[in-house]
Amino acid sequence: MENNLAFDRKGKIPKTEGANLLFNIISYTVVTVAAILCLLPFEILVSGSFTDENAIAQHGYGIIPSKFSIEAYRVLFKFPDSIIRAYGVSIFITVIGTIVGLFVTSMTAYVMNRKDFKYRNKLAFFFYFTTLFNGGILSTYIFFVKYLQLKNDMLSLILPLLINVFYLIVMRTFISSIPDSISESAKIDGAGDFTIFMKLILPLTKPGLATIGLFYALDYWNDWYNAMLYISDANKFPLQYLLFSTLQSAEAISRISKMASVAAISVPTLSLKLAMAVIATGPIILVYPSVQKYFVKGLTVGAIKG
Amino acid sequence: MIKRGFLYEIRKNRTLFLMALPAVFLVLLISYIPMAGIILAFKDYRFDLGVFGSHWNGFENFKYFFNSGTGLRVTRNTILYNLLNLATSQLFAIMIAIFINEMRGKYFKKISQSIIFLPFFISWTIVGVFVYNIFNYETGTLNTVLKSFHMDPVNLYSTPTVWIFIIAFFNSWKWVGYTSVIYIASILSIDAECFEAAEIDGANIFQKIFYITIPSISPTIFIMFLLNIGRILRGDFQMFYQIIGNNGQLFDTTDVIDTFVFRSLLTSGDIAMPAAATFYQSVLCFVIIMVVNGLIRKTRPDNALF
Repeated sequence: MENNLAFDRKGKIPKTEGANLLFNIISYTVVTVAAILCLLPFEILVSGSFTDENAIAQHGYGIIPSKFSIEAYRVLFKFPDSIIRAYGVSIFITVIGTIVGLFVTSMTAYVMNRKDFKYRNKLAFFFYFTTLFNGGILSTYIFFVKYLQLKNDMLSLILPLLINVFYLIVMRTFISSIPDSISESAKIDGAGDFTIFMKLILPLTKPGLATIGLFYALDYWNDWYNAMLYISDANKFPLQYLLFSTLQSAEAISRISKMASVAAISVPTLSLKLAMAVIATGPIILVYPSVQKYFVKGLTVGAIKG
Repeated sequence: MIKRGFLYEIRKNRTLFLMALPAVFLVLLISYIPMAGIILAFKDYRFDLGVFGSHWNGFENFKYFFNSGTGLRVTRNTILYNLLNLATSQLFAIMIAIFINEMRGKYFKKISQSIIFLPFFISWTIVGVFVYNIFNYETGTLNTVLKSFHMDPVNLYSTPTVWIFIIAFFNSWKWVGYTSVIYIASILSIDAECFEAAEIDGANIFQKIFYITIPSISPTIFIMFLLNIGRILRGDFQMFYQIIGNNGQLFDTTDVIDTFVFRSLLTSGDIAMPAAATFYQSVLCFVIIMVVNGLIRKTRPDNALF
């Protein structure tokens, strides 16, 4: 601001200055508190996972470990079979689901952008309608289990998330920024539609692919709901569901302890649950800083359309 | 232009049709075929007879659902939670968006925005671990802190009303960062000249926010509310299930349509009531969104969803 502050007649600081200062105090306070509240549950979780079992049993989970211990992680890593298998399942469905979902979504989005495709608006509505009306989980469940026989089949983890209409709309927006003349001139040169899509459109829409791909990957990685519905075989549990079922049942804990060949008495159940959660969240926290900007971009594109 | 038929279009754009086919097929499988399942609401479903073989029983399921008191209870909870969650999360998101947008400190801005956006990446399973970690009676952090101040521990699992606020808190915790990104995009698209002109006229920051920012982003706010009104009868199943789980003591204040349907499906195996609930939820949601969108199309055509 200027140096010669224009004082009003009563000699106070001008209104705007005071208001701006007040606003800054409020805004920095609110945002700081919000950020702390966002981090606090993680802090409590990590702290609990590094606390000695007996200390938890006596005093409960604290904000900082009352007695530091890595016993929970030791037990987990001693016999990590079930966790490694669950990691494998999660990685498998994430990779397959993301690649197929991304390919089908971008291909469809391209078709919807082609001006010479007469039914593109009808096609768009065909997809959009599913966001307005659905048959509910009950009929989907019966259809999957009774008619498609997908109980305990990996497909039941992949299919439900394979096409997301919101991502389709965002992808369509990304592709619509590519000039139509590219497709048109390639067609005149005799290229087929599929070749145009693969050779010209896909390389030109890399930011869109990265964004939508990450959206799909996150959905698959965090999914436990479909596993709860369709998977009862513990060998096919994805990571998030393994964590959930471990939290639900003491039986799962004792299974881990049997494998780790420690007496059930000495299994640090209280800290083990939290340590598992930390291990399940770890990858997300690690990749988060580098992928965040893509999500922001996707949301921004989606919001402008939405 | 000669009017051409469907067959001509298919011949002309064969490749484009084929390219759209996988997505069409998938959406038929995942969304459209299960829609037929809503007829279960009028049937006495038996697994051995299948969806179409089971006998019709008119409105029996609906009578059962509403006369038992369940219908009214879960509807009330679903609507009230959605209103509360919508109001809190949108209000905080708008506030955070405005505050972050006005901040001058580049690093503070970046870091705080990243932290507040982080919960969106965390699965509800982990939130379920947080809830156990903080609120369980024996070892929860809350009671640890209370005891360290020589206060009596509280048993939240016997006080259902508290969970209304816990759910609203975690709903905001998860979505505020995500939603504020959308609002920030909306704020950034406001013409900077408006703010400059206001500044020259001596407007302080509060005046700029109330007279320029908020009116300018009101279409976005409006669309957010519209999208959520269309989902007013859909409870976020994953959130409720992970926070509340199967704690029967809390059902009176926390059971929503989706959790009720799921529980009936997997535990009691009784299809009659959940089928009626699903039909009532899907159809009413569809009617609400059509009516609201129709009204908006008449009054503010720019803001209509379709």
